Amino acid sequence: MNVVRVAAWAAAAAITLALCAWLGRAGGETGESAGPWRHALARFHRNRAATAALRLVVAACVVAALAPWLVPYSPSATPDIVALKNLPPSFAHLLGTDFASRDVFSRLLYGARVSLSIALLAILLSATVGTLYGAAAGYYGGRVDAIMMRIIDAALSIPRILLLITLLVLWGAVPMAALILVLGFTGWFGVSRLVRAEVLSLKERDMVTAARALGARDRDIILRHILPNVLSPVVVAATLGIANVIIIEAGLSYLGIGVRPPVPSWGNMIQDGVSQIATVWWVSLFPGLAIVVTVMAFNIIGDGLRDALDPRQLDG
Amino acid sequence: MTAPLLSVRDLRTWFHTPSGIARAVDGVSFDVMPHETVGVVGESGCGKSVTSLSILRLIDRPGAIEPGSVIEFEGRDLMTLPEREMRAIRGNRISMIFQEPMTSLNPVFTVGDQVAEVARVHSGASRREAWERAVEMLATVGMPAASERAKEYPHQLSGGLRQRVMIAMALMMEPALLIADEPTTALDVTIQAQILELLAEMQARMGMSILLITHDLGVIAESATRVLVMYAGQIVEEAPVRELFSSPHHPYTEGLLAAMPRVGSERERLAVIPGSVPPPTAWPSGCRFHERCPFAWERCAAEPPPLYRIGERHVSRCHLADEPERRAHPHEPLAATRA
Repeated sequence: MNVVRVAAWAAAAAITLALCAWLGRAGGETGESAGPWRHALARFHRNRAATAALRLVVAACVVAALAPWLVPYSPSATPDIVALKNLPPSFAHLLGTDFASRDVFSRLLYGARVSLSIALLAILLSATVGTLYGAAAGYYGGRVDAIMMRIIDAALSIPRILLLITLLVLWGAVPMAALILVLGFTGWFGVSRLVRAEVLSLKERDMVTAARALGARDRDIILRHILPNVLSPVVVAATLGIANVIIIEAGLSYLGIGVRPPVPSWGNMIQDGVSQIATVWWVSLFPGLAIVVTVMAFNIIGDGLRDALDPRQLDG
Repeated sequence: MTAPLLSVRDLRTWFHTPSGIARAVDGVSFDVMPHETVGVVGESGCGKSVTSLSILRLIDRPGAIEPGSVIEFEGRDLMTLPEREMRAIRGNRISMIFQEPMTSLNPVFTVGDQVAEVARVHSGASRREAWERAVEMLATVGMPAASERAKEYPHQLSGGLRQRVMIAMALMMEPALLIADEPTTALDVTIQAQILELLAEMQARMGMSILLITHDLGVIAESATRVLVMYAGQIVEEAPVRELFSSPHHPYTEGLLAAMPRVGSERERLAVIPGSVPPPTAWPSGCRFHERCPFAWERCAAEPPPLYRIGERHVSRCHLADEPERRAHPHEPLAATRA
């Protein structure tokens, strides 16, 4: 058992290092005929803080993915809720145990799995929906655009967190997939506005007229000329959006209406320790730190990407 | 006499804006013969570009080509073609190149890919075959080390090379008509000459006609055989290029020629045409140029001049053709006295 775990940690480290090295190499080589994406990657790579944050996120994702092989205890096992509860950090329990004698370290890793995958999937959903909606509004313009954007204005006037709380409270015990859907479908309004504005300006560009003058179809124009050129702001918005969704999910889980116990998420883990935070501080502190560090990392990556993908630098 | 390749009759492209109908192109008629280069010249806002986009039916709302306009190309009426057939003509039988080769190319694809795309759209060539033809075409338009350069992105090329890429894209399918909208305006003078030379060379090789749109009379003098002068959405004068330069008739053409800088002439202030092109929502009554014209008299403000025939292939939209003695009495134009 122990041997397997040591091997799993070694594998996790190796995978992390390999991924980081690969990212570094991709950004390092900018030969003669490097495209704008490679240039952006090289610019990103020159940003030390962003590179470090990216490595941290890669490591977190690898650990989260391999969590079942990495944890010393089951995240929901309650071996002895009298003798083993509220133990402070020690060698046996690296981050201590909580009120139900569960290992905080194991729960933290499983929590990463839950929190990160919810955030990534929700953002994937909202970025896709937002891009398609915004692209349609911007490309067709006129009355279609006016109606579609008024819908967005209306949706944006409802505070997202209140909408989420209402939905989740009414729903009762939400399955994880539903939580992802709800987070995803309430998060795309901003992206669609961004994409719409970008498409409005792109479709007036000479390159679109030129493509049409050379016989391109609407489909070719959207796929070749519009979407690849709106990708960079979407990537930036999505990265910053991940940070936001992690916080929202943590908040909802803290309130007990997001991820429901006993499934660990960073948010409900904080809740587990909050009633005795002065004495059993480790139960809430470590998931809190995990949230802060991860959110900061995504924000730093997002800012780094924004700088690296700035279209004004495409010539450089 | 051979039939014209392109025949435009009474083209009216109007923009229905909230502030009124902008008659950007208002009753334009002309022919382009096979293998011929026709220059279209005029100030910004006179309707040159809208004319060329109208031929390809690339006018977007709120603009529309008004009913009754006729655009005939290779014997077919383009106005009644379904969009699908129109697409098959664009880039294939009629191509267009634009002023700004940087913004006309897509920054995220290699130039070879973009040239190849034209072949893929129109001939359904395979990816590899299209790429080979693209490299070949790039070499034909004078791209040095074409097979290497094809893998580069637009931002890695100079302005002149980018324009060569645009020309390669436009000529990929050996079109019968090339519309060149200010093809050299964004380039410096030495490159301009090279690009004009290239266009002439490609014309000799492929035998296409060129509709050359520019505000630069120097470019017209070098390349065109016949010139259309446009003002305020209309053709105001049409003549073979030599005749236009030696004996212009319309006062607007005279003004344009006088405003041309000449190397070696005395250093004096360039002549200017007073005033500016009026907004297309409110063209002046009568002759649209009368407020800026040094010969205008009462008739000009009241009666729109027809196109008077003043030579075998020379027409002018000016009442001076009817009352030539008025030319003896120039005066300050209305626009100058008003200012």
